[in-house]
Amino acid sequence: MNAATGERYGRWWALSVLATAAILLLGLAISLAVSIGEISIPLLTTAEAVSNRLFGTAFDISRIHQGIVWDYRLSRALVAASAGASLALCGTILQALLRNPLAEPYVLGISAGASTGAVCITILGVGYGVLGLSSGAFIGAVVAFGLVGILAVSAGGSGDRIILCGVAASQLFNALTSYIVTTSANAEQARGVLFWLLGSFSGVRWPDVYLSVPVTLAGFVICLCHVRALDAFVFGVDAATSLGIAVRRVQIVLLGTTALMTASVVSMVGSIGFVGLVIPHAARFLVGPSHGRLLPATALGGAIFMVAADIVSRIIIPQQILPIGVVTALFGAPAFAVILYRVRRNS
Amino acid sequence: MSIAVDQVSFSAGNTLIIDGISLDVSPGKVLGLLGPNGSGKSSLLRLICRLRKASSGIIRLGDQDVAALSRAEIARRVGFVEQQSTTETQLTVADVVRLGRTPHRGLLSPWSSEDDAAVALALTRVDMQKRASQLWQTLSGGERQRVHIARALAQSPSELLLDEPTNHLDIQHQLEILSLVAKLDMTCIIALHDLNLAAMFCDSLVVLQAGRVVAAGAPEEVLTEDLIAAVFGVRAHIAKSDIHGRCNIQYLMA
Repeated sequence: MNAATGERYGRWWALSVLATAAILLLGLAISLAVSIGEISIPLLTTAEAVSNRLFGTAFDISRIHQGIVWDYRLSRALVAASAGASLALCGTILQALLRNPLAEPYVLGISAGASTGAVCITILGVGYGVLGLSSGAFIGAVVAFGLVGILAVSAGGSGDRIILCGVAASQLFNALTSYIVTTSANAEQARGVLFWLLGSFSGVRWPDVYLSVPVTLAGFVICLCHVRALDAFVFGVDAATSLGIAVRRVQIVLLGTTALMTASVVSMVGSIGFVGLVIPHAARFLVGPSHGRLLPATALGGAIFMVAADIVSRIIIPQQILPIGVVTALFGAPAFAVILYRVRRNS
Repeated sequence: MSIAVDQVSFSAGNTLIIDGISLDVSPGKVLGLLGPNGSGKSSLLRLICRLRKASSGIIRLGDQDVAALSRAEIARRVGFVEQQSTTETQLTVADVVRLGRTPHRGLLSPWSSEDDAAVALALTRVDMQKRASQLWQTLSGGERQRVHIARALAQSPSELLLDEPTNHLDIQHQLEILSLVAKLDMTCIIALHDLNLAAMFCDSLVVLQAGRVVAAGAPEEVLTEDLIAAVFGVRAHIAKSDIHGRCNIQYLMA
């Protein structure tokens, strides 16, 4: 075994330990998220309740505990984990494709479009009875992304142009949302919309798990199929092309995937900021810039962070649940400042 | 492998950038591409490795039409070095050179000993093997360009295209990079601004002006006082160098 191979085995070993630790940590975070709450449930009872449902065991626990664990908290924790993983993955992909360290899932105008879609349904009553808030948000997100796509292609299609078009579209849709809220909403509706905009996992149930987990996994697999291409983007589009990457196809597939992943997250739990921006950078510090390692690391990191943020949002103020976006921003904003500082120092 | 460009044109929008260019490079030779700014040198190099699509004409690598090759097939045989491309990502020298193996690796194929050997050889050729674990951000301009060349060499190409690789480098690094390129047994096309360096290191030259070939041939046939006046608008005196035997250009001020 030569030195290079030895070093690689050493690194592989370290990464396996890190990956195992991260998976255990995610398991622990989800268990805690299920146990902690207004009614606190011991971890053992939690495990028994899950086992009763999954493996048909007959542990003797109260129906209330069984219901809280299975019907409310576990589904909520799983949606939080998959939303965190999705947003963090999307951030990683966009930072690589657009070659911009400040790119994040909402840079493509997706969350602004989703909120406009949501207020059109809830306040203006567009499609009343046919479309719910979630489908309205999803449609809004896809429309906004389509608009950004058309604008960006006609403006030349470079990474910076895509970001500029995304910023312009975000401003437009945010203005539309504010317009609708101020002219048509009553105080109660306005408060509801604001709460939704800042992100919330309350009201999340199993049907949301059946949608969000497969979307996250499918997105993850699609991204994993493009790790070589994502690595090759590091010196720009021409360099990637000269390394044999079909740049246009990769851009369309990956931007489309991130748009759909983000839209499904936003439509389910509102727009939760900073996860998609901060987690990819944190993961890069831990495992380096190679996407073969970075993608699993960001997915796990995003999932753990979001589940932890959900726990914090429920316990930080007694008797009250903070919007999840407030918690992620309270932790994310200082981290964002550190990133800005590093970017300035490197350039 | 030889490179042959036959009656190739290219427009960006309504502007004709390359206007019916033909040229040939024999296997293992170095062709220097000269011409003022905006004469089409970079565009021509990008057409040859199909970063851009020619609007008409045929480009052949050996006996194959580039238009018929897949993106990865082109990348396995043509290395392309841009002017000054950089990144903010924290990569080591070895990470950058490993990128050169991208076209040789399938989605599921693991990193092989062949890949290791290609990276090690590329690093040795540009004399950066001892710096393999150094960070990209800590390299000087000349070192970065050498790493880019190593990345292109790790593609194991038979043709190498370089777009003004010596731009912004001090004279020592310019000479270093060009003598490195001249020693590679690959077919090379290199866009250059310095006429003396082109005369020293290239086997043949092509001079472009407004997207057309205005002169082609051996350096001493191409670089004449009349041509330099006509293409670059500069008066020059040309003599054969006593030192390296190639032509030596001295510029005259009015």
